[in-house]
Amino acid sequence: MKTTETPPADTAEERPAVAKVDIAGGPSRKATEGRTLNVFSHGMLVLWAFMVVMPLLWAVMTSFKDDKSIFTSPWALPETLHFDNWSRAWTEAHMSDYFLNTVIVVGCSLLGTMLLGSMAAYVLARFEFPGNRFIYFLFIGGMSFPIILALVPLFYVMQNISLLNTLPGLILVYIAYSLPFTVFFMTAFFRTLPTSVAEAAFVDGASHTRTFFQVMLPMAKPGLISITIFNFLGQWNQYMLPTVLNTEQEDKVLTQGLVQLAVSQGYKGDWSGLFAGLVMAMLPVLAAYIVFQRQVVAGLTAGALK
Amino acid sequence: MQHGKYRFIVGFLTVPLAIYGLFVIWPFIQSIFYSFTDWSGLSPEFKMVGFKNFTRLLDDEVFWKSLQHSVMFVVLLPLATLTLALFFAFMLNVGGRRRKNAAIAGVRGSSFYKIVYFFPQVLSIAIVALLFQFAYNPNSGALNSGLKAVGLDSVQPDWLGDPDLALWCVFAVLVWCTVGFFVVLFSAGMASIPKDYYEAALLDGANRFTTFFKITLPLLWDTVQSGWAYMGILALGAECFAVVQIMTVGPNGGGPDYSTTVLPLYVYQKAFRDGQAAYATTIGVALLIVTLLFVAVVMRLGRRERLEY
Repeated sequence: MKTTETPPADTAEERPAVAKVDIAGGPSRKATEGRTLNVFSHGMLVLWAFMVVMPLLWAVMTSFKDDKSIFTSPWALPETLHFDNWSRAWTEAHMSDYFLNTVIVVGCSLLGTMLLGSMAAYVLARFEFPGNRFIYFLFIGGMSFPIILALVPLFYVMQNISLLNTLPGLILVYIAYSLPFTVFFMTAFFRTLPTSVAEAAFVDGASHTRTFFQVMLPMAKPGLISITIFNFLGQWNQYMLPTVLNTEQEDKVLTQGLVQLAVSQGYKGDWSGLFAGLVMAMLPVLAAYIVFQRQVVAGLTAGALK
Repeated sequence: MQHGKYRFIVGFLTVPLAIYGLFVIWPFIQSIFYSFTDWSGLSPEFKMVGFKNFTRLLDDEVFWKSLQHSVMFVVLLPLATLTLALFFAFMLNVGGRRRKNAAIAGVRGSSFYKIVYFFPQVLSIAIVALLFQFAYNPNSGALNSGLKAVGLDSVQPDWLGDPDLALWCVFAVLVWCTVGFFVVLFSAGMASIPKDYYEAALLDGANRFTTFFKITLPLLWDTVQSGWAYMGILALGAECFAVVQIMTVGPNGGGPDYSTTVLPLYVYQKAFRDGQAAYATTIGVALLIVTLLFVAVVMRLGRRERLEY
C-alpha cells in the first residue's frame, strides 16, 4: 500500500542528530539504560504500527482476490489481481451512487456549517447583548449530550415537516449537529483576533455585515481551515444520523451503503466486491490525509488542545 | 460600533439558532417529555403515564445489562486508550537513544509513527467496524487463520459469537481506533515541555520512568483530562453505537444473548425496531444521567492546580 512507504520531511531533519550518537555512546550505566530503552521503545512502537497497518493492508489485499480464496487462504497474496471486483462494486453495488450522495450532502452541509457557525460565533464573541452567555452555553451544551436521545423525537419532527428520508433534511441535520463544536471553536478563535481592524473598517463606513465578510473572515482563515477539516471528516464519516434519518435506498450515503452491502452479502456472497467497496471508501480519505497530513492533524487536535 | 448593532445581531443569529433549536434543542426537550408518556411512535396519540416507564426500567434485565456494559466502557475505555497513548507518546519523545548535548531524545522516525498511528482517526467508524467484523470471522477471518498459521489450531475462538468474548472484541476495536489520535495529541504536549526539566531531573539521578510521573504527566494533565472527557463521551455516544450495531450479531446487533448491548443501541432498538418510542426516550434519559454524572466526575477528579511553564 502506498500509504506506508516513506515518512515525509521530518525524519530527514532528525538524521544528522542521530548520527552523533555513535560518538557519544560510552560504556557507562546511563548509556546502557538508554540503549535498552531504545530497543524496547522501538519494539513496542513497531508492534503498534504493525497492528494499525495490518488490517488495512489485509483489506486492500482481499479486495483483489476472488471469493473462494478469501475463505480458503485469507492471508495469502492474491494469485491474480481481480480488478473486476472494483468495477463490480462501483456499478452493481451502487458505490458510485453512495459516493455521489455523500459528496452532495457533505458539500452542502459543510458550506452551511461553516457559514452559519462562524456567523453565530462572531456575534457571540464580539458583541455584548442580553442573552449572549445563555445562547453560547446553549450551543456548547450540545457537545456533551447523547445525540441518540434527541434522535427519537427528531425522527418524528422530520416526518412532520416532510424532511425525513430526504437529502436536504439530512443536510440540515448535519449542520445542526455540527454547530456546537464549530461555534465553540470559532468563538474562541474570534476572541483572539485584534479588535482594532474591525473598528477601523467600521469607522471607514463598512457595515457590520461587510466588516464580517471582508475583514474578519479572511483574518480567521487559519481557524476556518482547521474547523473545516474537522467537520469534513466528521460529516463524511457520519454513521448514526443517516442510519436513523435517511433510510431511502437511493439516498444512502457511503457508510450506510457499505453496511447494507455487508448485510446483503450474507445472501449474495459477493465478498470480494464488498472488500473492494470498503477499500474504495477508505483510500481517498487516507490519501487526502497523507497529502494534507499537517493540516488534518492540526484540525482534529485543535479542539482538544484548547 | 452601535449603529444597527441589534439588527445585525438578530440577522446573524436567527438562522443558526433556528436550525439548532429545531433539530437539536427541541427534540431534546421533547424526548424528556415523552419519557413520561406511553407514546409508541407509530401513531400520534399518547397519554401521560407518570413514572411508569421508569419503574419498568428497574425491572428490565436488558436495560441493566446495557447500563452495566456502558458504565464498564466509560470507565475502562478512557483508561485503556489514554494509558496506551501516554506510553507510546512517551516512547516517541523520550525513548530514543541519548544524543550528545541532549538529556532526552525522541526515537528515530517518530514522525513516521505519528502518521501511521493516526490512520484510524480519519477512517469512518463504520468502515473500521466492518473490517474487523471480517477479521473476527471464526471460520475464515484474518485472526483465526493467523492463529492457525502460527500453529495454534486448537485456539480458534468464536470471537463475536462468544458471549464472554464479544464485548471485549468491540472494546478492542474502539481502542484500536482512538489510541493514535491521543498519541499525536500527547506527543505535541510533551514536545512543548522544556527540555531543561528533564536535564535537571536526570542530573539529580532520576531515571526516565520517574521523570514520566514527576514531570511529564503533571505538566500534561490538562490535556489528559480533556482526553478523558472526550473518550468517555465517545464510549457513551455515536461511535460505540456504530461499532456494536455493525459488528455484533442479532437483529440490529447487541448479541449474542445481549452480551454486547449498550445504552445508545438499546434506545435505537426500542424506538426504531420495537415501536416503543416513549420507553426508548426513558432509556435515553438514563443515558443522559450517566453522561452528566461522568462529566461531573471528570471535572471533580481532574481538578488540579494549574501548572504554568
